[in-house]
Amino acid sequence: MSQDVESKVKAIIVDKLGVDESEVTADANFTNDLGADSLDTVELIMEFEKEFDLSIPDEDAENIATVGDAVTYLSGKLS
Amino acid sequence: MSTRRVVVTGIGAFTPLGKSAPDFWNGLVSGKNGVRMVEHFDTTNFATKFAAQIEDYDESKYFDRKEARRLDKVAQFALIASGEAIEDSKLDLEKINKDHVAVLVGTGIGGMETFYNQSVSFHENGPRGVSPFFIPMLIPDIVSGQISIKYGFRGPNFCAVSACATGSHNIGLAYDAIRYGQADYAVAGGTEAPVTQIGISGFNSLKAMSTRNDSPETASRPFDKDRDGFVLGEGAGIFILEELESALDRGARIYGEIKGYGFSADAYHITAPDPEGNGVILAMTNALKAAGIKPEDVDHINMHGTSTPLGDVAESNTIKKVFGDHAKKINCNSTKSMHGHTLGAAGAIESIAALLAIYHGMVPPTINIENQDPECDLNYTANEAVVRDVNIALNNAFGFGGHNSTLVFQKYQD
Repeated sequence: MSQDVESKVKAIIVDKLGVDESEVTADANFTNDLGADSLDTVELIMEFEKEFDLSIPDEDAENIATVGDAVTYLSGKLS
Repeated sequence: MSTRRVVVTGIGAFTPLGKSAPDFWNGLVSGKNGVRMVEHFDTTNFATKFAAQIEDYDESKYFDRKEARRLDKVAQFALIASGEAIEDSKLDLEKINKDHVAVLVGTGIGGMETFYNQSVSFHENGPRGVSPFFIPMLIPDIVSGQISIKYGFRGPNFCAVSACATGSHNIGLAYDAIRYGQADYAVAGGTEAPVTQIGISGFNSLKAMSTRNDSPETASRPFDKDRDGFVLGEGAGIFILEELESALDRGARIYGEIKGYGFSADAYHITAPDPEGNGVILAMTNALKAAGIKPEDVDHINMHGTSTPLGDVAESNTIKKVFGDHAKKINCNSTKSMHGHTLGAAGAIESIAALLAIYHGMVPPTINIENQDPECDLNYTANEAVVRDVNIALNNAFGFGGHNSTLVFQKYQD
């Protein structure tokens, strides 16, 4: 499950941020490492919601700063 | 108060006739045709299935993927043409004071494709389906904003929006910004990307657009008696305007001088031209007055000439009223016959055509005049470019809402 979540999350990040897949490591920070601005991070959260058919409250979204954060959060929600 | 002189020192053109100003000019004087079938969506149920389009446009040649995703085509076209114009001007961006660079690049509509896509997404996914990039990709002023962000230009920055007169109004306002000392340089012009499903549908519903699907290349035929509406176009036209002394000091190439403009309103109807042409007459006479020139000094008019049954006659009549006996000595044209009607870019793209006519001493043709409408009885430079020393050229641009703008260009002399 987690493997599946991870690959889907990575695919979204590669697509939306236009970064190379090799840069999308678990500890990569969206803003500091992957060049996302505030609008990009909003869009990423929206894409995660769409992909996994769930709703991510703003207070949860604020704590999703890295690729690993996103995978852990989404895996938890889906299990 | 004394004002400063304003010259054009850089040109960028991203058009259906060519992706650079030199290619655009070569297309114009050779009578090239930029109209082709629309292939990027299914046109089966559309009354019009063609448009003047940028040939094989591929955004990935100009922008990386992330950049491209944040830019509607309306901004992409303008950024490409601005890049060319800045390079063409040979301005040293490391040396000039960027606080003194204005950007006035407008669009009549804004990010039309973005608006459509995000509306679809809203209907499919509800409020959470709307992208955070929706608003910044949609708003017309984002184009000037994007150009300033890319180059660090911090002078006056906004845009006028006046439908198909947009490009012209922005050039006029940029001229003022330099004339009155608010800026020393300006990136000025217009851009449009309306060849979308909703764009073609809307203009078809207005009954404004040609439906000559069996012969799209002859559909844009201003002043011909069989014209049946305009042909939609896309692209961007950009000028680098510069204060004369600055241009002389750095030995810049000067394409020509802007001598003045006339802005006015029809105050008549939202889409139809005033058959009396009072607003257009006012724009042209005010432009001549502002420029301090006599009607008989005008050599060339790049007309609005959209190829609509009403518009071409009304505009031709206004030229006869303003110029009297001299009207028939003017080489008029409508280059929309080749590059289509690019809406908010039209006043800019066609001002480039008018200015280059001065610079090269040659007037591009109006193509597709097979049987000239007897009600349109001026010299439209039919079908073949004409070699002519052009000292003064006008460009007319009129927009839905009844907005009129005439710009006056003159060959540069001390």
